[in-house]
Amino acid sequence: MILLTRKAEFSSAHFYWNEKWPEEENRRVFGKCANRNGHGHNYTLEVTVAGEVDPVSGFVVDLKQLKDILEREVISIYDHRHLNLEVPEFAKMVPTTENIAIAIWRRLEGKIPNAKLHRVRVYELPDLFADFYGER
Amino acid sequence: MKAYLSRRYRLSASHRLHTEAYDAAKNRAVFGKCNNPHGHGHNYVVQVTVSGQVDPETGMVCNLADLDAFAKSNFIDRFDHSNLNTLDCFRESVSTTENLSIEAYRIFQRFPAAHLERVHVEETSNNSFDYAGGSDPGLI
Repeated sequence: MILLTRKAEFSSAHFYWNEKWPEEENRRVFGKCANRNGHGHNYTLEVTVAGEVDPVSGFVVDLKQLKDILEREVISIYDHRHLNLEVPEFAKMVPTTENIAIAIWRRLEGKIPNAKLHRVRVYELPDLFADFYGER
Repeated sequence: MKAYLSRRYRLSASHRLHTEAYDAAKNRAVFGKCNNPHGHGHNYVVQVTVSGQVDPETGMVCNLADLDAFAKSNFIDRFDHSNLNTLDCFRESVSTTENLSIEAYRIFQRFPAAHLERVHVEETSNNSFDYAGGSDPGLI
């Protein structure tokens, strides 16, 4: 088995807010991330897939094909968007780095031919990232 | 849903690789320029990975502000701009980055809000070490 990782980038706005809580609780838990006017990040997405090397092509997956899948399923929907306001899964789910990794997993699962999704890693900053392996 | 959160912390410290178990010649032979009597230093990066269920209310494994505060008071404030060899944890052991990784693991294991998975320490951009409490640290 080989693990293959492809990177992609998107730049998005977001804020952290739980509608069930009063404003003071949102401010206490989420700090400056609770600013309702939002803020933004340059996110880096790393998608790792696992598979066997095709004896003829020498590929686990065609990288161009994987790039196009990431573009179609994630980047075209997240890039230069406000995650809370414009991406449906974050209407009810706080767009933390953890939840973005889970949401991207759900968008990609079953969409990559000949390989198994192994890990979704999302960097919010070079010094902060979340990983999701599809574990419940 | 179980997710993993990783945070990179930076600290600058000096050290000297030396053990009383060896004589001067053997220390020089084994540790080379790292045995320089006056020490030398590095900008270390300590990458801490914690895991847990993502809280449906907060969307978080743990509050990053809590992890940062824990890291500052229990780790960074003790190690940053120190001479590692003068710290209690290196009184009996050589201040290699392997041993620094193990010590960082021991410290972050006490973080109460999430489960510590592993510690990854970069001594320079070319050397890094991983410790997961004796388990396989896995794909970094």
